[in-house]
Amino acid sequence: MTAVGGLVTVMTLTGLAVVLAFVVPQRYRSLASGGASMGIGIAGIFTGIAAMTSVPKAVLVIPIAIPGGLGLDPLLLSPTPLGGVFCVVVGAVGAVAALYGIGYAHGPAASRSGWSAFAVFLLGMLIVAAAGDVVSFLLGWETMAIASTVLLLADHAVRPAVRPAAVWYAVMTHLSFLSLATGFALVASTAHSTTFTQIAAAHITGPTGIAAFLLLLVGFATKAGLVPLHVWLPRAHPEAPSHVSALMSAAMVKLGVYGIILLTGTWLPDVSRPFAILVLALGVLSGAYGILQASITSDLKRLLAYSTTENVGLAVTAVGVGMLLSNAGQDAVAAIALVAALLLVVSHAAFKTVLFLGAGTILHATGERDLDRLGGLVRSHPVTAWTFGIAAMGAAALPVTSGFGAEWTLLQALVHGDGRANITLALALPVTLGLMALTIGLGLLTFVKAFGTAFLARPRSAAAATPAPEFTSMPGSAAMGVAQAIGALAVIGLGLAVGPVATGLSSVLGYTGIVTSELGGLRLVTIGVLDPYALGLLALGLALPVALLVLVVRRRVPRRVTDLAWGCGGARTSPRMEYTATSYAEPLVRVFGEALRPTRSLEVSHLAEDHVLENRVAFAQQVTDIVEDRWYAPAVGWLRFAGDQARRVQNGSIHRYLGFSFAALVVVLIVVTLP
Amino acid sequence: MIATLLVIVQVVVATAITPLLLGVMRQVRARMEGRVGPGVLQPYRDVRKLLAKEPLRADGSSGVLIAAPLVLLVSSLMVVALVPLVTTANIPAVPNDLFVVVSILLIGTVALALLGLDAGTAFGGMGSSRHMMIAALVEPTVLMSVYALSIPVGSSTLSKIVVARGADVTRVVTPAGLLAVVALVVVVLAETGRLPVDNPSTHLELTMIHESMILESGGRDLAWLEVGSWLRLTALLGLVVNLALPWGLADSAQPLAVLVAVVAFIVKLLVAGALVAAAEVFMAKVRLFKVPELLAGSFVLAFLAVTASYLAG
Amino acid sequence: MNPFHLLKLITRAGRFAEPAPPAPAADAEHPMPQSLRGSVQVRHVDTGSCNGCEIEIGAAFGGVYDVERYGARLVASPRHADVLAVTGVVTHNMVEPLLRTVEATPRPRLVIAIGDCAHDCGLFAGAYGVAGSVSDFVDVDLEVPGCPPRPEAIVEALRRVTGR
Repeated sequence: MTAVGGLVTVMTLTGLAVVLAFVVPQRYRSLASGGASMGIGIAGIFTGIAAMTSVPKAVLVIPIAIPGGLGLDPLLLSPTPLGGVFCVVVGAVGAVAALYGIGYAHGPAASRSGWSAFAVFLLGMLIVAAAGDVVSFLLGWETMAIASTVLLLADHAVRPAVRPAAVWYAVMTHLSFLSLATGFALVASTAHSTTFTQIAAAHITGPTGIAAFLLLLVGFATKAGLVPLHVWLPRAHPEAPSHVSALMSAAMVKLGVYGIILLTGTWLPDVSRPFAILVLALGVLSGAYGILQASITSDLKRLLAYSTTENVGLAVTAVGVGMLLSNAGQDAVAAIALVAALLLVVSHAAFKTVLFLGAGTILHATGERDLDRLGGLVRSHPVTAWTFGIAAMGAAALPVTSGFGAEWTLLQALVHGDGRANITLALALPVTLGLMALTIGLGLLTFVKAFGTAFLARPRSAAAATPAPEFTSMPGSAAMGVAQAIGALAVIGLGLAVGPVATGLSSVLGYTGIVTSELGGLRLVTIGVLDPYALGLLALGLALPVALLVLVVRRRVPRRVTDLAWGCGGARTSPRMEYTATSYAEPLVRVFGEALRPTRSLEVSHLAEDHVLENRVAFAQQVTDIVEDRWYAPAVGWLRFAGDQARRVQNGSIHRYLGFSFAALVVVLIVVTLP
Repeated sequence: MIATLLVIVQVVVATAITPLLLGVMRQVRARMEGRVGPGVLQPYRDVRKLLAKEPLRADGSSGVLIAAPLVLLVSSLMVVALVPLVTTANIPAVPNDLFVVVSILLIGTVALALLGLDAGTAFGGMGSSRHMMIAALVEPTVLMSVYALSIPVGSSTLSKIVVARGADVTRVVTPAGLLAVVALVVVVLAETGRLPVDNPSTHLELTMIHESMILESGGRDLAWLEVGSWLRLTALLGLVVNLALPWGLADSAQPLAVLVAVVAFIVKLLVAGALVAAAEVFMAKVRLFKVPELLAGSFVLAFLAVTASYLAG
Repeated sequence: MNPFHLLKLITRAGRFAEPAPPAPAADAEHPMPQSLRGSVQVRHVDTGSCNGCEIEIGAAFGGVYDVERYGARLVASPRHADVLAVTGVVTHNMVEPLLRTVEATPRPRLVIAIGDCAHDCGLFAGAYGVAGSVSDFVDVDLEVPGCPPRPEAIVEALRRVTGR
């Protein structure tokens, strides 16, 4: 299938999915429209593969002229190989999420608007990845934004937190759109064209270029969820239905990264050179802050949302490191950093999808999102436990998952950058390495906490003690299990196949320094080799004598089952005495107190008869996002104040309104007659 | 082929010598405290006895109780195979640079942490939480100090670093090298749960970090856990010792060279273990919330090491 | 205390453990499990003692009598233990924990009742908080009489188990 054929299929299937969503009755709607959405995803994958491999590039020209004669070029959908990578990512995540949604979607998420918005959402994302000119890019962007807002509002009648989340999301995503539109307008006017190829050929520099760069960077950073523009992410992603959260976290924010890569590599390479440190700082800060917030929260979906900020931060760190290294002339290592960025994007898409889908299964089975009230689910939900566990390993970057290969590549790039001659590198590389190491360490803690509290030990609440069974509760719930399993297999598969995947990604970027080694591993020429198969064989080889020993000893001394854990001998131990997720993270809250600024309140009430004896003690601790508290809350407050003041102008007096009209006319006359 | 044989010798020797290392450390401590001590071979007797005891499982615990000790043991064996202890040869095609070794160590760390959580007791969760926090805070120092050592060599493969340091004495006594080794010593103490970060022989649950995660394991589960933890100590202590004194490692299969390497490794390891044990007699465990300060200090040392190795050229 | 001062103390004190008395003869009627030879982990359970026996146990494991040289070691969890050293009468509140502790100890396991209170309630027989002696609730394998028993007696009992 060619890329053009793929895009046409995508658009046709979107139309089909929307029609099916409206026509098919409730009972079969999820199956029909979800199946069509799966088709959109699969077609997206084929489009992407075709874009990555075909030469010459396919071009789909949509000869729609924008009315008003603004002199814009016709719309162009011509996915580059890089765009093809993101098409594959979006398509794969979309297909898996749609499959999951067939079984999971219920209530408003399975309504007509729910499923048609899902299909349109997928279409919007694929258009963004395949866009060849500014207008189609922005059209796809806005379609994506509107469709995802509709999907986010699915449960607004059921949960009160959904509406403010949707408001935050809508406002920030449209501010980013505004920023992007302004930036693109500057770029397109300077290059006198809206097609990407011609913008790249224009080699824009100067103050216009800098202004455009900053505007576009702000726009993409907001969509990607980089600190300090991330505040919508931990509000919006948890409130969406789980398959939509997966799509938003694993696919949509990647398009922000895609934009940043295009911005610094293709559209404004000369302008962005001095801003390498800024990009790097954004990435590193997002990574560290994101994982810190993830590690201390007990809301599972909020944890996953902050983890998305962290992973996007790591990908942007890789982009920044690449920029810094190519500024210093070390192009080979810079290429490795950029390939690492793409590997991080791909690997995160795989494991974040599975994590959110697993969270959805947990939510469906127990009605709980709070880790402090979960536990013991490994017995009732083995498939979810295994897939969530594998994805958590991927998120923690343990061998041999996808996350490990990606972070290994980035660490190699950091360590092999030569800082001896270049003071910027000599300072930036170690600091990045240190912060990245902290991010990795905290990531480990976060996912051990998430998996261990939700699945292991004993249930901490009645809801978790009696969960709905894994596969028989809803028709189509087998689809949920299959979707999670496919995702988990992808996490391991991408980890084992890191060599071919990285080779493919580097050829997309046009580099030759990354090849597949003899045993199918990843070889960075002159730097090192990562061979997951060899590691696996070593593990098996060492496990063999251990297994033999275990078998011998088992026969002689069988295992005995007792009724209770030891736990210091008390019979009155209850699940209430287990460590919760909040207690797990408490040492971190203390250690990082300056960065987190928890608010604590302690209320002690005494008995009426006696001032000394205490009647009741209430303690509350809360950690909120300090970026939101320190920057956004005052900004929103100031906007409210300005709005209130502005309202005073509208006092109902006709004389004042006539005066405004007169003044406006005078201003227009002056402007029009200016030479 | 030869390299694989050398690595097999290394794994066998290191595994055989690990209980002896623990025995020597406990015996040194006992003698300094004025006691007689059980003898350096006591850990061998302990393990043999544990294998003959029945393991227990509480009703309602998951397979983590059975799997985690084995995962810890196998991951520790892998680390022993990948780190240059007796030989600087590597099994062909197996990646053994720093990040791979650290990640495999972390697999063992995660297995232990999940074991602690699965126990379902307050002590298990507490130990797990503290253990992961320390692992997270020690990561920057680990990566930074080996980065400092890799800068003059141009590679992050541990065996290459040791070979390069062995070939050139001036590399060993540079400020960067010394700072990095000191930072690594703090890392080893933190990762393996020795004083002043954690007291391996405490009975007070509120002071436990490593011990409290294994309170629920008995019999052969405990044997795997103990041997797995001891192997980590051997591997990390052996690595630091070989970075500080990078001579005597075998790189060829000549029987004499291998014998010299084995003896040198055993001597270096036991002396280092004795020094650590002697130092522990003078130290008390620091409060949990002072540990991040200690680790931050070691991170600063490692960062200085990086800067110094840039300046040295 | 500064390290040099401590070092001076260590070198001056040297070894102050008492020399090992002759090993106790093995009791043919009550053989000890073969697998516990040379290595015994002890978990102490206080079911209601006055702490006199605890002080003597502490002395036995301390520097002067040093029962560790015979292979015995104190551990924190019964899951790690081979021998449960029970002291004191069994009070009402400690019946269930005692049974749970024994249940939580992997076999082969031994219970040593240390002190007169553990043997037959000693001074406290018939008191309102006392539920009975240790042998009323669990099988006792070894007894160490005395109120409190001397550390040498405790060491000898443990040496019977380790065989060293």
